[in-house]
Amino acid sequence: MAEARPVQAVDDVLVEVEGLAKLFDVSPPLLNRLLQGQKRVLLTAVDDVSFKIPRGKTFSLVGESGCGKSTVARLVVGLHAATRGRILFEGADMAGVTERAEAAALRKRLQMIFQDPYASLNPRWRVSDIIAEPIRAHKLIDGRRAIAARVGELLEQVGLAAADGEKFPHEFSGGQRQRISIARALASNPEFLVCDEPTSALDVSVQAQILNLMKALQRELGLTYLFISHDLAVVYHISDYVGVMYLGRLVEWGEAKALFRRPQHPYTRMLLDAIPDLEMTGRPRIPVAGEVPSPIAPPSGCHFHPRCPFAEERCRREAPQPLATAAGEVSCHAVAEGRLPEVERAAPPAATET
Amino acid sequence: MAVGENQQAGVRRGFATHLADGVRRFFHGDLWHSFTRSPVVMVSAVITVVFVASAIFAPLVAPYDPFDLASIDLLDSEIPPIWIEGGDPRFLLGTDDQGRGILSTMIYGARISLGVGFASVLFAMVLGVGLGLLSGYLGGTVDAIIMRIADVQLTFPAILIALLIDGLSRTVLPRDLHGEIWFYVLVLAIGLSFWVQYARTVRGSAMVERSKEYVQAAQVIGIPPLLIMLRHVLPNVMGPVLVIATINLAIAVITEATLSFLGVGVPPTSPSLGTLIRVGNDFLFSGSWWITIFPGAALAILVLAVNLLGDWLRDALNPKLR
Repeated sequence: MAEARPVQAVDDVLVEVEGLAKLFDVSPPLLNRLLQGQKRVLLTAVDDVSFKIPRGKTFSLVGESGCGKSTVARLVVGLHAATRGRILFEGADMAGVTERAEAAALRKRLQMIFQDPYASLNPRWRVSDIIAEPIRAHKLIDGRRAIAARVGELLEQVGLAAADGEKFPHEFSGGQRQRISIARALASNPEFLVCDEPTSALDVSVQAQILNLMKALQRELGLTYLFISHDLAVVYHISDYVGVMYLGRLVEWGEAKALFRRPQHPYTRMLLDAIPDLEMTGRPRIPVAGEVPSPIAPPSGCHFHPRCPFAEERCRREAPQPLATAAGEVSCHAVAEGRLPEVERAAPPAATET
Repeated sequence: MAVGENQQAGVRRGFATHLADGVRRFFHGDLWHSFTRSPVVMVSAVITVVFVASAIFAPLVAPYDPFDLASIDLLDSEIPPIWIEGGDPRFLLGTDDQGRGILSTMIYGARISLGVGFASVLFAMVLGVGLGLLSGYLGGTVDAIIMRIADVQLTFPAILIALLIDGLSRTVLPRDLHGEIWFYVLVLAIGLSFWVQYARTVRGSAMVERSKEYVQAAQVIGIPPLLIMLRHVLPNVMGPVLVIATINLAIAVITEATLSFLGVGVPPTSPSLGTLIRVGNDFLFSGSWWITIFPGAALAILVLAVNLLGDWLRDALNPKLR
């Protein structure tokens, strides 16, 4: 505990998310509701999530499928409108920016890298046009020649050749497409990149290349990342901070190394135990037990209690509040009451070293 | 690495190279290959091209101008085709009741039929694709309104809608004005009865494309919705539309012929294939069968050829059938 630093006191915060919530209406059609007396059904995808991302750092969100991490990414870049809560970019509320010029100025400062490199590039556009789209949309550079030069520069920056701009997306492999996707995201000189599982559709060897490219770009350009992933080895490799989401809620967040070494929340421990590990070959492992409950009818109290080995009556009744830890914050009654044994884990084997 | 040179080359490549590129890709592509493999399709294509070309260059191809009153002589009326006794070498396929050569009238008639056909398909396509894009991309209330209108329209047969619009325009417009703008009335009538098919197809594809990540990427960049629809979604939903358009061309030509046959389409002064068939119908039992048979056969061959082309295009563009 000696090396624990007060991470909340970071002052240069680029992006701050405050009490973010998103409800999706998944009701049956109006006619069914009227005739069959069915009720409106709301799905709580994101429930009161708050975190801060310091400038130049990587904040990762992890969790099982359906826990709302991708929805957070989409909310942050404005693909969805938040039901509640605020997203602050350099302290300014993004929802408050309604004027067209201001919105465009903000838009070019944050970009997104998508999960599926086969769907994220328009199949009928040449790569040079795909990468030039943000430049043309925001009128960052004038003149065909200058734009072509910039596109070539971007292509080289992500490890492709300038001449590749002439080709169509289908002429590239998955990893190369993801590089194109990154080049497009960098085209408007953004400061903040939201990466929604950018490596999960790629081969493991290619994953490492893309991750190393992203880390190199971060160092070079001072980028800030919000990184969404379910692959903890990837997250460990790239993150400065990690947030663990479960059924729409952020159950724990903290400085990456400390969180991996001393996970507090029972769910975080369960996830970390599930990482396959060469050293553990042959030894019994605790499997991730149970299924994620439906976000339409989440469990009462702490959402995790049906799967939690430490759950008590209080966990079923009231939702836990965030509690400051050495690394960050955790929302768990058992931790608050000191019922949990402290664990010290070896760091997971990083997928690759830079 | 000669990176600078590559960039320069990229800039210098102009429209002409892109065009040559496209042409080369086309002749090396699957489409051309499957075209050359099917004699039926090639014959259909030749027939269609002959029809379209003779329609476009009608004044050059036709032996006589059927609208030139000076060249028409009532004494020439109802001359049979030349291979029948009493035929006149001037009129290959005989003449009609007013002494106009059937061949010349057919060529000019095909011009009107194909003109109305192309224009109404284009109109239906623009309208249907536009509404389908809006419906599929925006969804929600816009989608509901457009699709309910489409549903209601689908309950009426196309020919009924065309008759309704044509009849309406005759009542509303003064008689001589209608005589001038009949072409546009017909295009509107036929086009309006066909847009639903395009709208539904495009809506379905647009809904699929909308959820793809390249559209979301454009949204994140901040491209306005209308531009996303036109530049990103539209090119990716046009494949099936072209197939429908080809098949619809045949249906549009038939619809025009039907309307003209019923006497509500093209005015008798500028006869289309349909009008010729109707006029000839009166003389069918008096022995002058050629007045109606030749235009009828031409119409049937044209429609069949275009239909076969459309069917082939549909199969050739369907990746599952390759």
